[in-house]
Amino acid sequence: MEKEHIIGSAAPRKEGRDKVTGKARYIDDINLPNMLYGATVRSKVPRGRIKKITFGPDIPWNEFIIVSAKDIPGKNCIALIENDQPCLASEVVNHAEEPILLLAHPQKHLLPKAVEAISIEYEPLPPVFNIADSEHLTHVIWGDDNIFKTYLIEKGEVDAVWEEAAFIVEGEYFTGAQEQLYIETNGMIAQFDPHHGVTVWGSLQCPYYVHKALMAVFDLPEEKVRVVQAETGGAFGGKEEYPSIIAAHAALLAMKAGKPVKIIYDRLEDMAATTKRHPSRTRHRTAVSKDGKILGGEIEFTIDGGAYLTLSPVVLSRGTIHAGGPYYWPSVRVRAKAVATNAPPHGAFRGFGAPQSIFAIERHMDRIAEIVKLSPAEIRRRNFLEPGETTITDQVVREDIDLGKLLDRALVLSDYDSKRQHSAKNNGTKRKKGMGIAAFLHGAGFTGSGERYLSSVVGVEGTSNGRVRVLVSSTEIGQGTNTILCQVAAEELGVPYADVEIAQPDTTEVPNSGPTVASRTAMVVGKLVASAAVGLKQTLISCGMLGASYTAEEFRMACQEYISTRGQLRSLARYEQPKDVFWDDQNYRGEAYAAFAWAVYIAEVTVDLAAYAVSVDDFVALQEVGKVLNPVLAKGQIAGGVAQGIGFALYEKVEWRDGRMQNAQMTNYIMPTSADLPAIRVFFEEMGNAHGAYGAKGIGELPMDGPAPAIVNAVVDALGIPFDSIPLLPESIFEAVSVAHEPEAISSSERVR
Amino acid sequence: MTGKEHDKGTFSLTVNGEPKTVLAHPMERLLDVLREHLGLTGTKEGCGEGECGACAVLMDGALVDSCLVPVLQANGSSIVTIEKLGGDRSSSALQQAFLECGGAQCGICTPGMILAAKHLLDRKPTPTLEEIREALSGNLCRCTGYTQIFEAVVEAGRRQVL
Repeated sequence: MEKEHIIGSAAPRKEGRDKVTGKARYIDDINLPNMLYGATVRSKVPRGRIKKITFGPDIPWNEFIIVSAKDIPGKNCIALIENDQPCLASEVVNHAEEPILLLAHPQKHLLPKAVEAISIEYEPLPPVFNIADSEHLTHVIWGDDNIFKTYLIEKGEVDAVWEEAAFIVEGEYFTGAQEQLYIETNGMIAQFDPHHGVTVWGSLQCPYYVHKALMAVFDLPEEKVRVVQAETGGAFGGKEEYPSIIAAHAALLAMKAGKPVKIIYDRLEDMAATTKRHPSRTRHRTAVSKDGKILGGEIEFTIDGGAYLTLSPVVLSRGTIHAGGPYYWPSVRVRAKAVATNAPPHGAFRGFGAPQSIFAIERHMDRIAEIVKLSPAEIRRRNFLEPGETTITDQVVREDIDLGKLLDRALVLSDYDSKRQHSAKNNGTKRKKGMGIAAFLHGAGFTGSGERYLSSVVGVEGTSNGRVRVLVSSTEIGQGTNTILCQVAAEELGVPYADVEIAQPDTTEVPNSGPTVASRTAMVVGKLVASAAVGLKQTLISCGMLGASYTAEEFRMACQEYISTRGQLRSLARYEQPKDVFWDDQNYRGEAYAAFAWAVYIAEVTVDLAAYAVSVDDFVALQEVGKVLNPVLAKGQIAGGVAQGIGFALYEKVEWRDGRMQNAQMTNYIMPTSADLPAIRVFFEEMGNAHGAYGAKGIGELPMDGPAPAIVNAVVDALGIPFDSIPLLPESIFEAVSVAHEPEAISSSERVR
Repeated sequence: MTGKEHDKGTFSLTVNGEPKTVLAHPMERLLDVLREHLGLTGTKEGCGEGECGACAVLMDGALVDSCLVPVLQANGSSIVTIEKLGGDRSSSALQQAFLECGGAQCGICTPGMILAAKHLLDRKPTPTLEEIREALSGNLCRCTGYTQIFEAVVEAGRRQVL
């Protein structure tokens, strides 16, 4: 009988039963004896020098634990890349909502009033709120030039392409901040013990990021810091770096109180204070031949990093490398920079810079198509990367991909041609239909040498009852880590999926398999789990306890025998960079990613010119992500990412005033509901990749990249008016439609020769 | 120190079929009574302003956001939370369908979402897609894009009428 494969099957979610019965324990569901509740006193000004702190009357302050920067035993910083972000501000504040003091009390309901009763006087310092003011040095707020990081990519001879160009096409594109809006707000519980050090439990993505931050704040060795991930109710990047701050705060209160402390952010605090997607500006100037081929171009990609450097250089890196899209550029120059402003630091959010620069290139391709007078499909087809060609970092495409075929299939699935012809003839005056395409790629794993520096380790162990346990710090945040890694181990060992479990991420129990980011879990960690599983099997075979072929029962018995006679049965695997991966960090050249996922998305929209509202009527998401490890989970990743992308394009606007988010509530920051979304139709193409576990590539971030440009291109198709900024809200459409009669409105940004 | 003890009152509710009495401030949220007084942490808080539906429960058969209901208003009522589900055929079919169809990812919206779906299926065992969209539009999910939640509700309804 043919053996059934667990890889590629819809294995049920490992922790699914607990989730559908309400038994899963999230951080706010956990309470410790004698636990206090913590709260944070934050800056109300965007930039200033702290002059005086007054504790108001009518509050029994002696009952509160109060922590300031003076209580920090180690370094007052959140260790990440530059360590420029304080744990608690002591002399100056650089953004609104910056934490200054911490309070704890046994009674949760007394905290908000106490926070309000503390008044802080500031000597105001002049702030900067946007990219333009930051780069013009209206005020210097970081270093001596407001610049966190720059990159320069140079390929070919860009300065030589302009002479031979039939068309030179220019465009400028903007994307706004976006809130991750996980439905579970951030939260932590901390405990401190003079002998054992600090323990925190929390809602988080990256246990070892929190671990590193706590070691620095408490000046403790690694064995005296323990970080445990509780069930986590969504993250999307929003629980990558900020949880380190909350963990440090809860632990400082716990140390001073001598009791455990729980901090749970309410929705308003979570939205106003924690990270969001970096706002961006991208400028394109592209030389195009008569037949629509890209000859070369200049791309300027700039992101607003907020007040501290945090992860901005890494976000900038990914956005920069994706700025050319899935196209062949014989020559290109990309200048990228992350600048400082006095907004709360922007941070990780699914896609990590790529959705911003891909929005720009995919809008720009439609602009090129219009000027060259080719269809949006044809302009892409003529410029697609092919196997053997090089990306903008000179990485040779070794995967056997065929983007033309992907495009063709997406056009058929969306009924693109006939629908577009139909709307061209039948578009009414009040309801206009349009179709839009986005073609894109997303690199899986850390950029360049990142995976080599991480040097991740995973473990697979046998248990005394003959089961298998996967040991990783990679976290389940809804995306399916638990399930797919157990599938990989079960497949490799040839044991039932039900016999494999995964350890709760706890830094005293699991090795550092790296952070749960960058669409790396299936491809990089999955492959390591497969290697560790092979090691486990070989251990049992080489000691004679297991034959070369065996049944599940024999495997169980062999584990039990090994453990009872020899002790621990554990196999570790460490990441080794494939030999063909070369990356030059100085010149930003080489193999940026071990693999790319590829996709073509097509949106069909209706613009209602009575309400100036856009509805997405149909959405086709077709992608090549290598081997699909679990079709139900994979489809869920894509549909969920597309929904977030639709929000990014059409609904989700952060309203800023003086560097503070004004709409930090779900009532007025609008994410899509079940009534707003179209049928999201998800399709996969498997074209093969050698790198990941069973040929899997990254999938988590990819679907965030395509929806916004596909939808905006569809709106442009419907109305014939260019829109280059998202979110695209009804008021922007209203304004644009009102001025559309002016003849130069469309042609101002192009030069045809 | 709380100074509020004298403001508290005794409230009686039937929770998941069992009579319960709690001593609480009349304006205390039903959500906190369930989670903190009764230890029923399956009901989640997402926004605290009735927008996300993570705290949805059934109160005398109606779907309510428990963060908006003061315990005073719930006095004498019958409450059903996620912890009750699984006992009867229709709700266990729903939970099973959510599990199989990928209706739960991070799981934080799932209890409220399943109660909203139960509320729909109890009235309408074979709803149309439009009816499902409408019935679940008060429950926000950030993970799934809702597609697989719709599939789960359709599947549960189908199994229920078989």
